[in-house]
Amino acid sequence: MDLAPLQKLSETAWELPPQGTMRVPAIFYGSRSLLEQMDDKVAEQAANVASLPGIVRAAYALPDAHWGYGFPIGGVAAFDPEQGGVISAGGVGFDISCGVRTLLTGLPRGSIAGREEELAAALAREIPAGVGARGKIHLDDSQMDAMLRGGAQWAVESGFGEPEDLDRIEERGCMNGADPAAVSRGAKRRGREEMGTLGSGNHYAELQEVTELYQEEIARAYGLASGDLVISLHCGSRGLGHQIGTDFLREMAAAAEAFGLLLPERELASAPLSSELGQRYLRAMRAGINCALANRQILTDLIRKVFGRFFPDRHLALLYDVSHNTCKEEIHSVEGRPLRLFVHRKGATRALGPGHPDLPVDFAPWGQPILIGGSMGTCSYILAGAQESEARAFSSAVHGAGRRMSRNQAARTWEGKELLGDLERRGILIRARSHRGVAEEAPGAYKDVSAVVEAAEAAGLAHRVARVEPLICVKG
Amino acid sequence: MAIAQSSLATARARWEHFPHVADVGIRGIGPSREEAFVQAALALTAVITDPRLVVPREPVSIACTAPSGESLLFEWLNAIIFEMATRRMLFSRFLVALYEDRLEAEAWGEPIDPERHEPAVEVKGATYTELRLFRNPVGEWVAQCIVDV
Repeated sequence: MDLAPLQKLSETAWELPPQGTMRVPAIFYGSRSLLEQMDDKVAEQAANVASLPGIVRAAYALPDAHWGYGFPIGGVAAFDPEQGGVISAGGVGFDISCGVRTLLTGLPRGSIAGREEELAAALAREIPAGVGARGKIHLDDSQMDAMLRGGAQWAVESGFGEPEDLDRIEERGCMNGADPAAVSRGAKRRGREEMGTLGSGNHYAELQEVTELYQEEIARAYGLASGDLVISLHCGSRGLGHQIGTDFLREMAAAAEAFGLLLPERELASAPLSSELGQRYLRAMRAGINCALANRQILTDLIRKVFGRFFPDRHLALLYDVSHNTCKEEIHSVEGRPLRLFVHRKGATRALGPGHPDLPVDFAPWGQPILIGGSMGTCSYILAGAQESEARAFSSAVHGAGRRMSRNQAARTWEGKELLGDLERRGILIRARSHRGVAEEAPGAYKDVSAVVEAAEAAGLAHRVARVEPLICVKG
Repeated sequence: MAIAQSSLATARARWEHFPHVADVGIRGIGPSREEAFVQAALALTAVITDPRLVVPREPVSIACTAPSGESLLFEWLNAIIFEMATRRMLFSRFLVALYEDRLEAEAWGEPIDPERHEPAVEVKGATYTELRLFRNPVGEWVAQCIVDV
């Protein structure tokens, strides 16, 4: 990205002042090096977002930002319904509420010594993953509606997990205001047999070792100890969410002119929050969030069952569950006044700072856990929400490394089988369905997650708490 | 109206992928709009697996309407994605008929076999990004867009 048009605010914050149709500035967080690596499209898309009605303060691009659809991936924007603010299907994306949850095992690395292969095989066998995989449960119409209304709460009530899990999930496991009637029959058909499936692409279930702690006190509060094993899941609302995205993208793009919205890209597809369409999308998108929360809860139950066979006395507690692609109604302080805003986080994580009333009591002094996914061979991070993140980006932080190389280029650069062998020699067991899929997801196809996380910390978006390294990764 | 049928051996009609940092651009090229649509559908399958591995065993009918050629392309690709997802099928042969604001088609394929097809990644949706239907300088029809994977 060309930095010449930007004004440097600090070592990790740059501003594109309002110009043309922009109503507010666009602010880019990241080191000079990360920003220079970004596609020029990130600046263009952030400027487009800054031009939408009712946007508050700024359009933000986080250190992992890259070219997306309409909104950049790694983008944050908040809209005020009282000022003609909009909600955007493109600003949430297709993979509604895709996210990460991490489970604590309390086990040291040595506890699986000599059993790695066996554990990898068991996880790969029990977790439905990859294109066309079916889940082990089939929902009828009324169960589907109950799932879309209840999210992880529904899953727990249906026997997938324990009530105490819910305190460790955003929204206590259930996004209020979801309406199954706003979700098309087609979307429900896509979701019917996919509950409890991982998906493909960059989605995974990974056994990891905590290899470094940066904040001992917060790590202790989160239940993390050096050398411990944790398990992280990365997946979302699957085909149901994708279809909600397609349905509303089409409808919002077609209705834009009637709403008087000038869209430089159709993917910016938006509707006023006050409109029937905007409200219907909100209700459908919230149902999509619940689908993702339920899906991760069911997968958690499968993982616990596998672990139960290896460690019968061990309970895997949930550290936390965060979503990436959402729009949430939140109160934020703007120029000293509390405002009710609709915060889009596309490829970004909510990052509540210490003392926020929505945090579980145990985490209130420390801030919200933020789970940053790596990519097979690279480390992942656990961060904590920072107080200043509210002023920086409406309490938002990065979600991962972000790609730096196209899938085509990655498939040309690496050979899946060789890559698996290389990773295995490094002690990382990958269980995947496709060699090409592995090559496309090669760790080298992503930006340096450590650089992204360091920049996020330096920019005041979050604090590093722990680094974890992969041991076993089940890929879709 | 013209009816186009896919043939991997056709010299002029072809598909290709073009890069997008996170996802994949698909492009179908052919002497007619119909053939470009057919080739774009093959490019879509090729995101997931090698189309030559997919046996065109069973037909699935697809119909959609949209006010413009580009919108029809968006609807066509999303309809295939929907059928792939709900039927757990992959398609390798297509018949497309285009009318003013309507598409009628048949997609031939078979259920996904993970061992044989080794599907690399699923497609979440066809997007408006780089969505274009146009004639290139040599007069061929080009149908393209980015698909989210």
